[in-house]
Amino acid sequence: MLLEIKNLHANIGDKEILKGINLSINEGEIHAIMGPNGSGKSTLSAVLTGHPAYTVTAGQVFFKGKNLLEMPPEIRSREGLFLSFQYPVEIPGVSMVNFMRAAVNEHRSYRGEKALNASEFLKLMREKRALVEMDNKLANRSVNEGFSGGEKKRNEIFQMAMLDPVLSILDETDSGLDIDALRVVATGVNKIHTPEKACVVITHYQRLLDYIRPDIVHVLYQGRIVKTGDFSLATRLEKDGYDWIKQELGE
Amino acid sequence: MEALETYRRLFDNYREVLRLNAAPQMDACRDEAAARWLQAGFPSTRSEAYRHFDLQEALSIDYGMNLYRLGVPAHPGDVFRCDVPSLSTQLFFIVNDLYYPSKRPVQLPEGVLCGSLSAVLREHADLLQPYYHQLCRQDGDAMAAMNTAFVQDGFVLYVPAHVAIDKPIQLIQMFQGEIDIMATRRLLVILDEGASASLIVCDHAITLSRYFSNQVAEIFVGKDASLSYYEMEMTHDKTCRVANTYIRQEEGSRFLTQMSGLENGITRNNITLTFAGRHASASLSGLTLLSRSQQTDNHVLVDHAVPDCQSDQLYKYVLDDESRAVFGGRVLVRPDAQHTEARQSSASLCSTERVRMWSQPQLEIYADDVKCGHGSATGQIDENALFYMRQRGLSEEEARMFLKFAFASQVVDRIELGPLQDRMRMLVGKRFRGELAKCIDCKICP
Repeated sequence: MLLEIKNLHANIGDKEILKGINLSINEGEIHAIMGPNGSGKSTLSAVLTGHPAYTVTAGQVFFKGKNLLEMPPEIRSREGLFLSFQYPVEIPGVSMVNFMRAAVNEHRSYRGEKALNASEFLKLMREKRALVEMDNKLANRSVNEGFSGGEKKRNEIFQMAMLDPVLSILDETDSGLDIDALRVVATGVNKIHTPEKACVVITHYQRLLDYIRPDIVHVLYQGRIVKTGDFSLATRLEKDGYDWIKQELGE
Repeated sequence: MEALETYRRLFDNYREVLRLNAAPQMDACRDEAAARWLQAGFPSTRSEAYRHFDLQEALSIDYGMNLYRLGVPAHPGDVFRCDVPSLSTQLFFIVNDLYYPSKRPVQLPEGVLCGSLSAVLREHADLLQPYYHQLCRQDGDAMAAMNTAFVQDGFVLYVPAHVAIDKPIQLIQMFQGEIDIMATRRLLVILDEGASASLIVCDHAITLSRYFSNQVAEIFVGKDASLSYYEMEMTHDKTCRVANTYIRQEEGSRFLTQMSGLENGITRNNITLTFAGRHASASLSGLTLLSRSQQTDNHVLVDHAVPDCQSDQLYKYVLDDESRAVFGGRVLVRPDAQHTEARQSSASLCSTERVRMWSQPQLEIYADDVKCGHGSATGQIDENALFYMRQRGLSEEEARMFLKFAFASQVVDRIELGPLQDRMRMLVGKRFRGELAKCIDCKICP
């Protein structure tokens, strides 16, 4: 098992957002997490990647059998956990090239591999850029600075390709994307995916799931996973919304 | 008061020695300057201009002054190795306040005067008469007046009309000596009509005693002349530097300056720039990196005395630990100075909650057809950016370094000499990784 979440509770400030999440993810699986606004989807991704604004109040998370919650964010990353941010951060003055070289070499050093030299690194950049059809010009600019919404999301998947994580969380990667960009981004994700890796896709819409087809679909509602099913669950949600789930829950 | 009395006695007792060692022109200004200095007294935190800058502790040290002009055992060129990659400069030295020429032959265009201020003033008294002590005379700063009272030598650069010096001139000012030293440093830079030059002044301390540098620079940029003037301080925590820099720009002239502080103790930079002719432009910038209990105050006054001039200021600070800094930026647009364009921006990045930053932008505008703007921002490291970078695998420390470096880069970008810009980038990187402070102990390279 790649990731095992047991009874996870988390707060931001005094407010409890996650109220007992249980979730298991195996190698090779693609999971989708859907749910209405404010149900805790982004909080789950933030807690899993170690965002300092959230406090875990109960529960356990094991990643590759290791206690994920006691690792600082950078160790989680180096262990192979990646988050494609819903709102990628602009970092003026830090070039994509320098940023990625530092990140890739941190990952390599963590695995006991020697740092890539300049030409090896540029070759890797070129290869991975092609996966998401990203312009060389973007790679030479400051991280996300002045990027359009679509370029930012493309850049997230480019970084994912560069770091080659075992578990990727895509947090609303489809928001702000037009149809063409959505196809490119999804194709990129599919090319990176292998039977050794897993992926969690957080989304509101079936649209992205048509391209990145999940094996398992979860509904997150009020801080809990209230329903789990196969792809047909996503189709039903697209058609009927969340009211029937709320009714099932007796609300 | 005690310190003032000590230095007053020193001045009185050695008045004759001071006369012997300096050019007559320098000596002629002494008594009047000494009177002004003694009347004003040392700047105190009771005065508005020095409110956050306490000189008392630094002045309580019993410094030695090299009144008899004793030389150092080895030529500074042998002690000092400059690690500027691919930056080829014409090198001159000041050790404490003693001038040393370059060891290598210097090639300068005909008519250029460059070297010991006292020697050049003696030989070319008529030529330099209109310049020495002309800009600081009107200024009320007591430290500048004290400088004029005690100065015995310094560095001068005179570039005649329509002469361009292509190779940058570099002046290395270093503190060296096992005793505590006060140095009185003086620079006089004159670019005649249509001349151009670049001057790099580096302050170093290659030994670990306590040092006090009292510096005055007078800079004249003639009609249509162009000067780049860079100052870089890389001393240590036990150094106090007070530098008064005066610039006068004639019509159509261009002036660029950047003052960076990579390592220091407490530093006060007073910069007074006056536009005396129309259609002149000035770019002023500063990068200040502080740790531990270091402090830097930059006070800039840009005087738009005439119409049609442009000034642009960018001052940035990165403060760590318990460091303190001040930015005082005053832009004065006088009643006739129509079509002035003046921009000013200051920003500081505070890495801890223990640092103190005071920013005082002041725009005084008495003309109505002008474009002026200023902005000032004091903030912390962007936590979202920090988390984003850590999520990609960078350690918190490395991510912080990246963000600080990015913040500083905007200032470094303004350096027009490519190799110097590269060097600054390298030094700033080293500084954030804590590698510069280590260097000081080794005493071999700065």
